[in-house]
Amino acid sequence: MTTFYILVGYLCLLIGLGLVSNKFFKGTSADFFVVSRSVGSFLLLMSIFGTTMTGFALVGSTGKAYTSGIGVYGLMASWSGLVHSAVFFAVGIKLWAVGKRYGYVTQCEYFRDRFESEKLGYLLFPILVLLVIPYLLVGVIAAGKFIQPTTAGLFPDAFPMPNLPNGKPHPLSGGVPPWIGSGVICLIVLFYVFFGGLRGAVWANTFQTIVFMITGLIAFVMISKNLGGLKEASQAVADSEFASPRLAREGMMGKLQFMSYFFVPLSVGMFPHLFQHWLTAKSAKNFRLTVVAHPLFIMIVWLPCILIGIWAAAYLGPLGPGQTANSVLGRMVGQLVHSPILTGLVGAGVLAAIMSSLDSQFMCLGTMFTNDIVIKKVGPDRFSDDQKIWIARGFILAVVAVTYGLGIYLKDSAHVFDLGVWCFSGFAALFPLVFAAVYWKGVTKAGAYASILSTVAVWCVLFYRDIIAEKPPGMEEDELLIGGMMPVTIMIAVSAVSLIVVSLITKKPSESTIRKFFA
Amino acid sequence: MKTVVVLVLFLVLTFLHQDDWYWNDKTLWFGFLPAGLGYHAIYSVVAALFWYLVSKFAWPHKTEEWAEQGDA
Repeated sequence: MTTFYILVGYLCLLIGLGLVSNKFFKGTSADFFVVSRSVGSFLLLMSIFGTTMTGFALVGSTGKAYTSGIGVYGLMASWSGLVHSAVFFAVGIKLWAVGKRYGYVTQCEYFRDRFESEKLGYLLFPILVLLVIPYLLVGVIAAGKFIQPTTAGLFPDAFPMPNLPNGKPHPLSGGVPPWIGSGVICLIVLFYVFFGGLRGAVWANTFQTIVFMITGLIAFVMISKNLGGLKEASQAVADSEFASPRLAREGMMGKLQFMSYFFVPLSVGMFPHLFQHWLTAKSAKNFRLTVVAHPLFIMIVWLPCILIGIWAAAYLGPLGPGQTANSVLGRMVGQLVHSPILTGLVGAGVLAAIMSSLDSQFMCLGTMFTNDIVIKKVGPDRFSDDQKIWIARGFILAVVAVTYGLGIYLKDSAHVFDLGVWCFSGFAALFPLVFAAVYWKGVTKAGAYASILSTVAVWCVLFYRDIIAEKPPGMEEDELLIGGMMPVTIMIAVSAVSLIVVSLITKKPSESTIRKFFA
Repeated sequence: MKTVVVLVLFLVLTFLHQDDWYWNDKTLWFGFLPAGLGYHAIYSVVAALFWYLVSKFAWPHKTEEWAEQGDA
């Protein structure tokens, strides 16, 4: 039960943090939505890093390295280190500046003014919401599915499962079922976001980022020690016929695929929850630490996980029936460390990584519904500050309830995790829009519409080909590549070309708008 | 001028990411770190160093001043 108590203790700490953050709440909508634009360098770094790193950073990276080898670091970690910081520097600071100067809280507010079009907000709003929801679902489902094996065997009377067809006991028997695990996680995130607003999310993210960074390193040290040391662990990979291809990239991934992953992390430029975090900064100087430390933080989290993943290929060998690559980290901890305390700490770390993204996403959807729909429709003076906060809380509650319901309904769907990748691609494909809005005086309203609509069209076609259409036998699990490249490459190209071509031939924005947004 | 230097260095870093020379290299650096992984770990450190230099020498002070004027 030690593992279980550690998880419960960790979740109780988060509730305590929510209560404390509520004590600092100033009662204004600006405080609820953007922490009164008062967040300093350290909290900004930790909250942004925690938000961009999902549960995939610990569990998925290890599993992906197990299947695809060391190249996963280059694909996802070193590209993200360079590109995320570039987006924070080139786009984040600019958006913080217009947000501070004109009081924006959501992306739609900014785009409406920048492109002189109310309707653009109504077009963009559902697209952003629909792209965030699958991302949320991945977190909610992953939390439930992680808690069940972590607590397996602890409650045999409360949560029994029938034996396997071969007569052996079910490995998940006695574990807290996903509908309870996901529900508890949703309730805890809801608690500190509901009462603390974005301040609750920022504080919790900071705490959770520290937790998942430290627990990841502890797991790495303990696993390497129990494999005989760093050299012995890696030498075992070199000596294993099954594992050794994972020491390089040949046969594991294509060169164009490796290169075109560059475009995926551009998605952070259009994440609505990151937009909201950028607006919390007290000054532009607070971005410095985030821009500089982000690549290092990614390395600290990902490098140990990638090594554990390739070591697992040598230590565990090929996956058995019913086993998934995402279980690799848990199996390595369970089989090598034999410490319920460490198992509990790693479990808390994984939940921390999941929740540090969920809170910001719940918060941003509540903020968007309140500001982009309700206040936009009735006018900014119709409700008092207090009423706006309660409207946002109501929407956050509704979003959590809908996400939880969908999560339980879809928890066994094979495609939910694939949807996460498509969310990133969708956001990345909208990057030309925000980049042009910030840097190109000549970008037009029609160009913005063309970019958004062409992105939607191409996204739908490629999504259909990858997820819905039947694939040839034996290729069901293959990632969709176009000319060897990630589909996001085509999507960004179409989005950018539509934006540029249409902007060049349509009516330019008014002088007053240019003066408003360009110093 | 500063913007051009930042852009050129960013492009250089982008090209350096495609380390085809380690594509099939299974050498273990220090006996445990695969060459391709070690290269990209160093790449992450260099990226951080690059952003440190950018924040020191090419920080957008004007954007900050413009934001602080706040005529909202």
